[in-house]
Amino acid sequence: MSQLFEFLLRQGDNALVLGHRMSEWCGVAPALEEDIALANTALDLIGQTQLWLGYAAEVEAAGRTANDLAFRRDAYDFRNMLMVEVPNEDFGRTLMQQFCFDAFQVPWLTALTASSDTRVAEIATKSVKEAAYHLDRSAKTVIALGDGTAESNARMQTALDYLWPYTGEIFADDATDQAMAKAGVAPLPSSLKETWQKTIVQTLSAADLTQPDSTFAHSGGRSGMRHTEHLGHMLATMQVLQRSYPSAVW
Amino acid sequence: MTAPKEWPLWEVFIRGQHGMSHRHVGSLHAVDAEHAIRNARDVYTRRNEGVSIWVVEAAQITASNPSKKGPLYDPAKDKVYRHPTFYDIPEEVGKM
Repeated sequence: MSQLFEFLLRQGDNALVLGHRMSEWCGVAPALEEDIALANTALDLIGQTQLWLGYAAEVEAAGRTANDLAFRRDAYDFRNMLMVEVPNEDFGRTLMQQFCFDAFQVPWLTALTASSDTRVAEIATKSVKEAAYHLDRSAKTVIALGDGTAESNARMQTALDYLWPYTGEIFADDATDQAMAKAGVAPLPSSLKETWQKTIVQTLSAADLTQPDSTFAHSGGRSGMRHTEHLGHMLATMQVLQRSYPSAVW
Repeated sequence: MTAPKEWPLWEVFIRGQHGMSHRHVGSLHAVDAEHAIRNARDVYTRRNEGVSIWVVEAAQITASNPSKKGPLYDPAKDKVYRHPTFYDIPEEVGKM
């Protein structure tokens, strides 16, 4: 498997898995306006997925399409970070999860607009505007809920404490990251940690939330070595149609 | 858990393109003005409808009283001379 293919799977799978998680709120979000906003975000992410996985399929050149990659791979073939696959639990965790992702995604995609790979640069240029809006919305919602009632503050703190050990994986460079950095395709994720940390600190302090002190980090999502048990359940729902009726089309 | 409070209602106005005026498109709930702008973006501009959004809290709008529509509007009905329809418009002016 080429390193570029691996990199593109990571890009596509992050967007796909988080996009699917967001879409799970469709029709059941706490307010109609938030419902539509989450559905919009989900659709943005699925749109980005089509671009990343479409390019991945071309790079692989094995006759697979973006749809094959999304719907015919099993959990151990996914390359998303663990943070995006954990269950929604409540609206607070979903927004905290999205915020932690967006705070990375904006500087990351901004850097990718200068990628040596033109296709990567083009996809990033299109996606970064969407990501900027997602970050604006998720950060302000985190602040509104964190700095809200005693209950909303407690829920946001619980969400942050739960998600925190999953954030370390974002910045754990590995061989694929090194290869991409060497080729000028993408910066090392670790080089963006400071920028991410700044956004996190600013937002958490405005939200009256406490950054957990632990540095323990789960890993294994980006390499596919060890996903959480939640991903398989999510894929079972997401992929059921293509699994039951392979190659079904509209 | 206390019963959730209803968010205030906001009226949304969107300018479709530069040079046009803002038009009332509907209403939504939001906790404050900034939140209302974000919600308006997500609810009312999904299909590329706008270049500018105004929101105003519905409670801030003072409306005329429908039961007074006789005294308010009827007197204008028989004052046709207020309409500029008694002029001959030169052809070169074109459509007005």
